[in-house]
Amino acid sequence: MEVLDMGLFALFAFTVVVFGFFLGNYVYKVYDGHATFLDSVMTPIENALFRISAIKAEKSQSFKEYTLSLMVFNLFGIFILFFILYFQSGMGLNPQNFSNLSWHLALNTAISFVTNTNWQSYGGESTMSYFSQMAGLSVQNFLSAATGAAVAVALMRGLTGRGIGNFYVDTTKTTLRILLPIAFVYAIFLMSQGVIQTFSSYVELTTIEGVKQTLAMGPVASQESIKMLGTNGGGFFNVNSAHPFENPNELTNFIQIFSIFLIPIALLFAYGKFAGNRREGIAIFGAMALLFALTLGATYYAESQGNAMLTQLGVEAGPSMEGKEVRFALGASSLFATVTTAASCGAVNAMHDSFSPLAGGVLMLQMMVGEVIFGGVGAGFYGMMIYALLSMFMIGLMVGKTPMYLGKKIEAYEIKAVIIALLLPSAAILGFSAIAANCADGLAGLNNAGPHGLGEILYAYTSAAANNGSAFAGLTANTPFYNVTLAIAMFIGRFGVIIPMIAIAASMSNKKTYALSSGSVRSDNMTFTIFLAFTVLILGALTFLPALTFTAIAEHVLMLSGKLF
Amino acid sequence: MFKELEKSVIVFSGLALICGLAYPFTIYAIGNSAFAPEAKGSLVYEGKTPIASTLIAQNFTQPQYFHPRPSAAGADGYDGASSSGSNLGYTSQKLHDAVKERVEAYRAENNLSNTQKVPMDAVTTSGSGLDPHITVANATIQAKRIAAARGVEESKMIEAIHKNAQQPYWGIIGEEKVNVVTLNLTLDREFGKVKI
Repeated sequence: MEVLDMGLFALFAFTVVVFGFFLGNYVYKVYDGHATFLDSVMTPIENALFRISAIKAEKSQSFKEYTLSLMVFNLFGIFILFFILYFQSGMGLNPQNFSNLSWHLALNTAISFVTNTNWQSYGGESTMSYFSQMAGLSVQNFLSAATGAAVAVALMRGLTGRGIGNFYVDTTKTTLRILLPIAFVYAIFLMSQGVIQTFSSYVELTTIEGVKQTLAMGPVASQESIKMLGTNGGGFFNVNSAHPFENPNELTNFIQIFSIFLIPIALLFAYGKFAGNRREGIAIFGAMALLFALTLGATYYAESQGNAMLTQLGVEAGPSMEGKEVRFALGASSLFATVTTAASCGAVNAMHDSFSPLAGGVLMLQMMVGEVIFGGVGAGFYGMMIYALLSMFMIGLMVGKTPMYLGKKIEAYEIKAVIIALLLPSAAILGFSAIAANCADGLAGLNNAGPHGLGEILYAYTSAAANNGSAFAGLTANTPFYNVTLAIAMFIGRFGVIIPMIAIAASMSNKKTYALSSGSVRSDNMTFTIFLAFTVLILGALTFLPALTFTAIAEHVLMLSGKLF
Repeated sequence: MFKELEKSVIVFSGLALICGLAYPFTIYAIGNSAFAPEAKGSLVYEGKTPIASTLIAQNFTQPQYFHPRPSAAGADGYDGASSSGSNLGYTSQKLHDAVKERVEAYRAENNLSNTQKVPMDAVTTSGSGLDPHITVANATIQAKRIAAARGVEESKMIEAIHKNAQQPYWGIIGEEKVNVVTLNLTLDREFGKVKI
């Protein structure tokens, strides 16, 4: 078994890096304005959009212009999505006659999907009309991922001395030239494997034993592909990629995991091209890969230990299968869980709430450090740049040299922005968790007692502020308290990072680039890779170790002493 | 500000039309011409009425059928319109009690001794509550009961399990497992339905 799982991990790493490399070349060409094979189809559409909206595509925006464009576009997206959900029953394509969402659920869901979080306080098949899923949520699966990628590219351009570009242009290009073509082919593949794509009402059948069963239906395949590719993670159905209609077999599962990391890795290779030095991208990649190997190893090991409490009851020894599907079992469930929380995806193929205490803790830690281990589309790159700039700043101070990154000085302005981007999500996670753990509204939603119950709260705000969207799903979050506080956490976690990063991009883009001398601190070698990985680990640990001690670690220790709650 | 909003609205509308309407309907058209059975839910029909999806577990309780894994979907389990896991953690008393009960029930229905170990997948709820698969070990233990209920030799059941077992993709992705729905359909086809 272990050998097979190692084979799976190796195959995954190999394929995603190879495909990421080739896609990286293409992505770079798209953003840098080179000719690509889709020009004949997409250029006329883009030109028409930019002409009607009077967008000056060639002109790079300033920090203020870029931020204004991004915020207006995203706030408008929240407004439209809220409107669709709040008036769902009047929108059509609603064969199950689902009613309108409550104001707080509509607000939570709108912010959730626009911020690329895809936290879901609802079960899809019992709440959402096909129209809401397809024309509401799915659209944001594209646009939120495109927004993240646009910001990442703005930062790449800024760091390498170019103008940061135009928000609308990069968002449109990401959507039409990267996300849509891949999602299209991907969705067709998914259907060939059994993922459904239908607008019929739910199937009522009489089972082989003669009992009534209702099967939820819907246009799943088109949403499933972009949900994974855009690291959105919002499932069509309540149980997300554990549902056989979303993820029917091992092959679709493999491709789903693969597609979470695909674009984040491609962006790293594209970054190397922007920097004119492939090793700049590889150094960042190395730090992420190192951290990922650690977290995957930890999750897998913790899960492989199984639950001693079950063995005592007469169940065969082995990994716990509570919350897992037979077709995925230990290896593919651990890999999926680690990848989905390393990236800001948040799709799940097994219930994280039923994972072992330490595995649950590792998943949380990955989100707490800001999902910088490959991370979300765009978000992983700009998130890791927070740590990269901080690393170069600290190295500079330690060796007594002016801190620089890619030959540009890192000064007070950039460090202030970095600190804001680091502190805001952390404050949201710990602050809101503390509030929820101390009020009746917060405690009312718990499904588990003891430290694992506190873990459900901590996981929720971590997932929200990190824009992940996965959950310890036992928590009943569809209440005004949770919907509103989680929505605020998601908003802070998204735009509280994006805006400082645009500021850094714009400020760096205007700075003089110094040529590297023999004494310069380099960012394209192994030393930097290791320093960067440790910066992530140490900052994450310092900030969140106390909170994890009260949840995952306490639960683990109590479990070893045989305590039940 | 108003100009900015105008730009946003235009770009948003253009992309929303393409990604939110044109794209899913195109996929729908392709699916329903190229992969119609799969895109419609892999349904199995008896005459014109659907009796199962090969991807979704059903609640088999009668002795002549292989039983699926326990389910937390919906109030009574196996609710195809309300997928769910139990979401109970390692230290949950509720999980402890539920598994204890299931272990006893599994031993009783399969005529096992009080000391015999029970397969993990047979007594834990799946992630979706709709997992159609069980392990080959689980199926093998159930074979005796089913053979007795159908009045056929146990070896025929073991044979059916192995004929229906699905191997890992390319030898490395996945586990060896068997689909309860298709396996039970095979039994009814080969050995006839058992009248109750």
